Amino acid sequence: MNHAIFEKNSLILLLAALIVVSIGGIVEIAPLFMLESTIEKVQGMRPYSPLEQAGRDIYIREGCYNCHSQMIRSLRDEVERYGHYSLAAESMYDHPFQWSSKRTGPDLARVGGKFSDGWHVDHMNNPRAVVPASIMPSYPWLAQRPLDYADIADRLSALRMTGVPYSDEMIANAKADLEAQVAPDSKGAKAVLARYPKAQVRKFDGNTAAGAGPTELDAVVAYLQMLGTLVDFTKYDASGPNLR
Amino acid sequence: MASDKHFDEVTGTETTGHVWDGDLRELNKPLPKWWLYVLYACIVWSIGYWAVYPAWPTMSDYTKGYWNYSQRAAVTQEVADAKAAQDKYRVALSQTPLADVGKNPELLQFALAGGQATFGENCAACHGRGAQGGVGYPNLNDDDWIWGGQLDNIQQTISYGIRSGHAKTRDSAMPRFGLDGALDAAKIGDVANYVRSLSGLEADKTAAGRGAAVFAENCAVCHGADGKGNQELGAPNLTDGIWLYGNGQENVVTSISTGRGGIMPAWDARLDPVSVKMLAVYVHSLGGGK
Repeated sequence: MNHAIFEKNSLILLLAALIVVSIGGIVEIAPLFMLESTIEKVQGMRPYSPLEQAGRDIYIREGCYNCHSQMIRSLRDEVERYGHYSLAAESMYDHPFQWSSKRTGPDLARVGGKFSDGWHVDHMNNPRAVVPASIMPSYPWLAQRPLDYADIADRLSALRMTGVPYSDEMIANAKADLEAQVAPDSKGAKAVLARYPKAQVRKFDGNTAAGAGPTELDAVVAYLQMLGTLVDFTKYDASGPNLR
Repeated sequence: MASDKHFDEVTGTETTGHVWDGDLRELNKPLPKWWLYVLYACIVWSIGYWAVYPAWPTMSDYTKGYWNYSQRAAVTQEVADAKAAQDKYRVALSQTPLADVGKNPELLQFALAGGQATFGENCAACHGRGAQGGVGYPNLNDDDWIWGGQLDNIQQTISYGIRSGHAKTRDSAMPRFGLDGALDAAKIGDVANYVRSLSGLEADKTAAGRGAAVFAENCAVCHGADGKGNQELGAPNLTDGIWLYGNGQENVVTSISTGRGGIMPAWDARLDPVSVKMLAVYVHSLGGGK
């Protein structure tokens, strides 16, 4: 019996197991990197602005993904409730992606622009204040804690290594851009918009007192308010390789 | 191999033929037949599946299958079919002027049901499940309207929002009298007393007397000399008992000091025009429609 060779030599068994398993990987995973339709051709996607990225990091830190998905599946009830089904392209700069698999709360893939900043501020402080039946925890500290963004340029550099197309200019200006995005009248606000089209520039947490720096709440609300807003679906062509 | 056949002495079961350490053997206990046949059937089934559904990746594409199935096309079709099933009413609604929807009971019923469903998903987060509102979010059941309570006013508000950033948004900004230093704290206190006295709340009479002059100079241009407001400018009526941000002295002081400036998003990009129309009819029907 030939398999005596495998049964008596653990290294040969290991090597053979590796070959068998990698066949599955090569057939199932490798083509995804070459398929033209894996990531749709869409217009409008761009890397997250530094403030949005900082908000995303807090979103992950607080474990929002445990209860909220960011993936509108191609099912009728989801499309009618949340909007156009999610495209792979919409999370192509997400590392890690936030598709999630559990919905204790609603899907957030297109929550951007759905509610006012003021609503998000009230809601984070105490969800019951605006949605009496909500079981979401309160996050009152977000409004009080100043955003820690000393390393924001390094965070963007790290993301660049994973393939997010941050330019040298974006990384060099990361800190300034983050500060400018909460200062609509500042000189840097225009630069933010030039580097990150469709970015929303305002003080998201409502605290417009002079000298009020960016808070964690600013970052989270900036992130939530841009979710699902980048791709213009009136111009999106679902046919061709995008149809699957 | 037949010559290798060997049966275990104790159980009488055939062994696999392997021998370790001279006498250690392995019983040959094959899978049950039914299990094997199910496996073979599944393999045959999968070949059919590959043929009709998208299955195999190729170098730059994938096999589309005989049925050319696409989940995305399927859901697009399903949503379109569901809309088409409502076409009788949707088309009628899009052609009926907003004011005439109420004249057709069948159409009205459809609009109210559709409006309620849309309200629950999109509006209830701020205005409440029963449209009762909250601090900073107007109650839609009463007859006090900031931007007008007629059907077309409501439709416009829903479509374009309030201070939403939309090109056609309803927009007005009350000055931040305190934050920008236009009025000092004493004057703001006085005018807050005056404003509260307008709606019959108990207020410091002498302070209110001083506040009347401040009001005439700073507030009357939008809220009116009598404080009854101006819906063209979204300036609330200050003489009724309805207070969006609370009627306490400190609430009114904050309103004057910061200008508030609540925001409602524009919905014209998120909802189709017929849905906005149904919402307008629904909100109008809640009790306070003009």
